[in-house]
Amino acid sequence: MKFSEQWLREWVNPSITTDELESLLSLSGLEVDGVEKAADDFSGVVIGEILAAEQHPNADKLQVCSVSDGTETFQIVCGAANARAGLKTGFAKVGAVLPGDFKIKKAKLRQVESFGMLCAEDELGISDDHGGIMELAADAPVGADLREYLNLDDTIIEVDLTPNRSDCLSLAGLAREVGVLAQTPVNVPDVPDVKATVSDTFPIELINSDACPRYMGRIIKGINPTATTPLWMVEKLRRSGVRAIDPVVDVTNFVLMELGQPMHAFDLATLSGGIKVRLAEQDEALQLLDGSEVKLNADTLVIADHDKAVAMAGIMGGEQTKVTDSTSDIFLECAFFEPISIAGRARSYGLHTDSSHRYERGVDFTLQARAIARATQLLLDIVGGEAGPVVEAVDNAKLPVRHDVVLRSERLNQMLAMEMPSEKVEDILTRLGLQLTKEGNDWRAAVPSYRFDISIEADLIEEVARVYGYDNLPVKSPTMALGIEAQPEAIKPIRMIRQSLAARGYQEAITFSFIEPGLSKLFDPKNVPIALANPISADLSVMRTTLIAGLAKAVQYNQNRQQGRIRLFESGQCFIQQGDAMVQDPMVAVIATGSREPEGWTGDSQPVDFFDLKGDLEALLDDSGILAEVSFEPAEHPALHPGQTAQILRNGDAIGFIGALHPSVQKELGLKGNIYVFEVKQAALQAGTVAKFDSLSKYPEVRRDLAFIIDEATPVAYLMAAVRENAGEGFKELRLFDVYQGKGVEEQRKSVALGLTWQHASRTLNDEEINSLVDQIVSVAQEQFGASLRS
Amino acid sequence: MENLATLVDQARTAIADASDAQALDQIRVQYLGKKGEVTQLLKGLGKLSAEERPKVGDEINKAKDALLQDLNARKAGIDAAQLQAKLAAETLDVTLPGRGQSVGGLHPVTKTIQRIEDFFGSIGFSVAEGPEIEDDYHNFEALNIPAHHPARAMHDTFYFNANTVLRTHTSPVQVRTMESDKPPIRIICPGRVYRCDSDQTHSPMFHQVEGLLVDKDISFADLKGILEQFLKAFFEDNVKVRFRPSYFPFTEPSIEVDIDRGDGKWLEVLGCGMVHPKVFESSGIDPEEYTGFAFGMGVERLAMLRYGVNDLRLFFDNDLRFLNQLR
Repeated sequence: MKFSEQWLREWVNPSITTDELESLLSLSGLEVDGVEKAADDFSGVVIGEILAAEQHPNADKLQVCSVSDGTETFQIVCGAANARAGLKTGFAKVGAVLPGDFKIKKAKLRQVESFGMLCAEDELGISDDHGGIMELAADAPVGADLREYLNLDDTIIEVDLTPNRSDCLSLAGLAREVGVLAQTPVNVPDVPDVKATVSDTFPIELINSDACPRYMGRIIKGINPTATTPLWMVEKLRRSGVRAIDPVVDVTNFVLMELGQPMHAFDLATLSGGIKVRLAEQDEALQLLDGSEVKLNADTLVIADHDKAVAMAGIMGGEQTKVTDSTSDIFLECAFFEPISIAGRARSYGLHTDSSHRYERGVDFTLQARAIARATQLLLDIVGGEAGPVVEAVDNAKLPVRHDVVLRSERLNQMLAMEMPSEKVEDILTRLGLQLTKEGNDWRAAVPSYRFDISIEADLIEEVARVYGYDNLPVKSPTMALGIEAQPEAIKPIRMIRQSLAARGYQEAITFSFIEPGLSKLFDPKNVPIALANPISADLSVMRTTLIAGLAKAVQYNQNRQQGRIRLFESGQCFIQQGDAMVQDPMVAVIATGSREPEGWTGDSQPVDFFDLKGDLEALLDDSGILAEVSFEPAEHPALHPGQTAQILRNGDAIGFIGALHPSVQKELGLKGNIYVFEVKQAALQAGTVAKFDSLSKYPEVRRDLAFIIDEATPVAYLMAAVRENAGEGFKELRLFDVYQGKGVEEQRKSVALGLTWQHASRTLNDEEINSLVDQIVSVAQEQFGASLRS
Repeated sequence: MENLATLVDQARTAIADASDAQALDQIRVQYLGKKGEVTQLLKGLGKLSAEERPKVGDEINKAKDALLQDLNARKAGIDAAQLQAKLAAETLDVTLPGRGQSVGGLHPVTKTIQRIEDFFGSIGFSVAEGPEIEDDYHNFEALNIPAHHPARAMHDTFYFNANTVLRTHTSPVQVRTMESDKPPIRIICPGRVYRCDSDQTHSPMFHQVEGLLVDKDISFADLKGILEQFLKAFFEDNVKVRFRPSYFPFTEPSIEVDIDRGDGKWLEVLGCGMVHPKVFESSGIDPEEYTGFAFGMGVERLAMLRYGVNDLRLFFDNDLRFLNQLR
């Protein structure tokens, strides 16, 4: 909410500077969002009257005007289309200084001399309007200083009010708050009740009094619709961010800004029968003041006459019943709507108005009579006419009830960790408008009608703390019982996994959890991704089912920026729909492309390959102590190379996959070079076991090396598993130290060289034992894989 | 015995001239070997008289020892020279860079979260996590944000359906922890959060760290103490800290915390407050018995201030040039 500092000071005028006022507001919870001058600095600008305006002899778009400053007449060349005889406007005389230190000098425009300049609002930094030169009121005193006339030595302060402080959404409310904070009395202007001079009334019926417990209205007959709004009101509205429109609307807007009560005026002639406050019929049509046509929902409260809806209650009036320049009689209304019945409705139509903003948060339910009196008084002053009696429809039982709230001094002192003096508490709460009754050490507080946010003890503690000043409250370090919580050692913390990957040359990436549906389909066509109902854009509209999609996009982004060697990892949730459940599993994924090592002088770096990535993965698995439980099975994956893909199994359960990106996927994304990826369930990587000691053998190790010839298509891991299974007692370790194809080995066969190590815990193994184990291994390999020993 | 003196002189010259171990060995054989010239002299002692024999023998033996010493010394000299030559030949350009792998690094968001975890971990907070796809109840209702509450408009929520959202803050983890654990509770909850908003200062996905402390007799003073210490530790600087009233439906009093790092400008860094009694009630904790405070901070915001990053969007472009700077 924006307001003029001068206007505020008419109500409450503490002896503090603007800066101090700003800090006072911010530190009491009314955060100041901006402070600006009502106009930029300028001097030497007076009110001038155009006496005559004639076409410039040498330029189509210029006029030569005679302008009076009240004592002298000056010749001014002006380009504004609205320059015309009789207009009073801002006149910068020779010697004036406009914003930006722009000095006005005598000038010649197309051979015609000009002694000054006529000003548009933007040229004076009053607004950004450059629609023409200023149009001042007909009674503006010619020759007077414009700054003084418009009262421009003012500051516009914008406060960002939190939703609980609807009581401050008006100048009166802000003044009340400033009065409390600065301990300064507030001059609440007297609003005399305006006596009816005609007896005309318009009937009001509350069909839905739950939503509208109070509705007041009165007729004002015989107004002058062409009257103009006084300058003081236009300026106050402008500095509140509201544009003047016509006097009737300006008055209702002014009362809204001054008192916080939304109001509306109908052209009485367009209403039929009487007012009914009711819920809309489903799809009932209404044309709003902003020109839009809406079909109403049945949950929306409307103001209707006997034929039709004429306004969306608490949100916006209707176009058909608005006051126009031919209106002579108006029906002025003012209501209290219950906040819940208004909340969310404006938003559901894509609307947000000053009125809905206030009603949703809560308008003082005792304010209506005062507001209607204030508006009537202003209207009679400005547009004239005769007021009828105020008609009020009210359902007292449905008006909000303010329950007393008890504040216990013990609780207050505990929460604030200090002995808050009773006088201080009483002073603060009383100034805030609460009526206190002392009950022993405690207080019973009656809450004013404008405070929708005070209903429990915590609300009062907050008020005391806030006004006392958060920065004035004590500070301490909490003291707590020390206790040590068990940390499961078998679970490897994710930060260690991240650290391991970083140490192996991978840079962590964080990609969006939502991706483009086509990308999801490219990487994981089997899972239909979970779609957002209201995505921010189409390319961020479905939840990722795999981290690889985002990482591949990150590779694309970096390749497009001349990065050749890219190694990234990410850990984070993936989201998969399984039946009714949305499964959210954390995964860890890696992507790598470019050279194995950074470019260097040794010149021996090859492109990264499948086994580099697999080595990194195995290192992670080994680090978690689970490498022995994991196996890799040749597999297919829609986004991966069919011959270079493995499913990762832990004790037989799938925990992820590893492979090269499929060439067609690469082509689709325009990715260069060979790209390798793996993705593993984070939980499977983390869950290891606690290490257990096995006594060290004193007896010597025995090693035998065996080179088997097997079919090239036989996975070596299968042969190795068979070797392990048949290696007998005391078998320690199996090493694969060579895989060879070529000269000396038949076509489509390969040589696999294995190193086997035995070491018995309690005795020395003899040659015969080892020989017989080797024989057993060789014969199993022969049977299962057709393996022969390489001679 | 001029003969002996001549021989010794000859041998000494030869030793001094020898340039390698092989030549030295030849000299040793020539003079001191079984048939060596000095050895021969010893063999000739028998021809001498009994009086002369011990005297001459002694002289010859002394000469032999002296030659042996010379030989050994020369041998050591040659070995040392050879080692020197070998080492000289093995000289490397030690200014060449090392071979092999580069290191990667952590994302600045992760680094920031880990620092926050460490600060709070050191005073007994543990890390709690929760789902990112969250139900309306835990994201809003249980946090005292009923349907139609104006605070919902501040959240710009992503929906899957009427009851399922992407969490707009990490606060639901508070609720889930209070539902399952009994006080005392000391947790921080880092994680991704989502708001339907995107520009230079808003990202549709960002990170928060939520904190919660619930125990008997926890006060506003404790909240101020912990957060003030945290901010000074995080920025490693005696930053000025200001506590300003604000509003969050799930805390009361609610506070926004600003810091001034010495340039006179207040920057908002986090929101916090005493846990609202209604939040305790919906999670089954008696607000009369327990009090507590909660706080929430934007990780990217803190990382931007800490590392001087000027555009939020950089965090999610995953540009290696950016990530390498901040790792």
